[in-house]
Amino acid sequence: MSIKVYYFASLKEHVGSSEHELDFIQSLTVTEVWLQANAELVLPRNTLAAINMEYVEWDSLVSDGDVVAFFPPVTGG
Amino acid sequence: MAIKIIDQPFDPYQELQLYQNSTLAHQGSIGATSIFVGTMRDFNQGSQVTGMSIEHYPGMTEKQLALCVEKAQGLWSILDSLIIHRVGIITPNEVIVLIAVWSSHRGDAFDATRYIMEALKSTVPFWKKECLETEAERWVMSNTSGYQ
Repeated sequence: MSIKVYYFASLKEHVGSSEHELDFIQSLTVTEVWLQANAELVLPRNTLAAINMEYVEWDSLVSDGDVVAFFPPVTGG
Repeated sequence: MAIKIIDQPFDPYQELQLYQNSTLAHQGSIGATSIFVGTMRDFNQGSQVTGMSIEHYPGMTEKQLALCVEKAQGLWSILDSLIIHRVGIITPNEVIVLIAVWSSHRGDAFDATRYIMEALKSTVPFWKKECLETEAERWVMSNTSGYQ
C-alpha cells in the first residue's frame, strides 16, 4: 500500500519537509503513519491529523491511496 | 453560497456589491444581511506586527468552510452566504476575512454569521505567521474563542 503524507505550517518546519510518500504492507493507524515517517521526531502537542481532507482521530486506519495530513492548531480568520 | 480563497488584497464592500448584483439567491425573500469583516492589526500579544503570511491546505480549506456553512444551515434559516479569506502575504489594515449571511430575519443572519466565523477560527486549516518589528518571525500558535 502507498500513501502520501503532507505537513503544514510550523509542523512542516519541524519535519523539514512538506510531504513524504510511504509504502507499507499492513494497515496503519494515523499514529503509526507518523512514527513510520518521522520516527526520530517528537510529535508536537496539539498536532491535528486529517485523512483525505477530513479530521480524524489518531487511531483511525489509513487505506491505500489515502492522503494523510499533519498540522498544528488552525489560526485563520 | 460562495467560498473564495484569494491571494491578493480585496475590498469586501465591492465583493458584496458584486455578489448581490450577480449571484445572490432568493433576492425577494431577504430581510436581513449580516456582515463580518476581519482586518489585520499591527499588534499582537504585546508586539508590533509589520506583516503576516497566511498558509492554508488547499482543498481541505474549502471543504471545511463548506462544512461550517452546512452546519449553520442546519441551525438557522439561511438564504445565501459568501465567505472570502486571504492567503499569502498580508499587511496591517488589509482585510483577512469577509463573511456575509443573508436570511429573512435578523436573528438568523446575526447568529449564523457569528457561528460561521467562530467555526472558521477553530476548524478551517489556515495558519498565520507574523513578521515582527524586530524582523523576527513567529507562528500564531492558537486562536482564542470569540465567545470569551
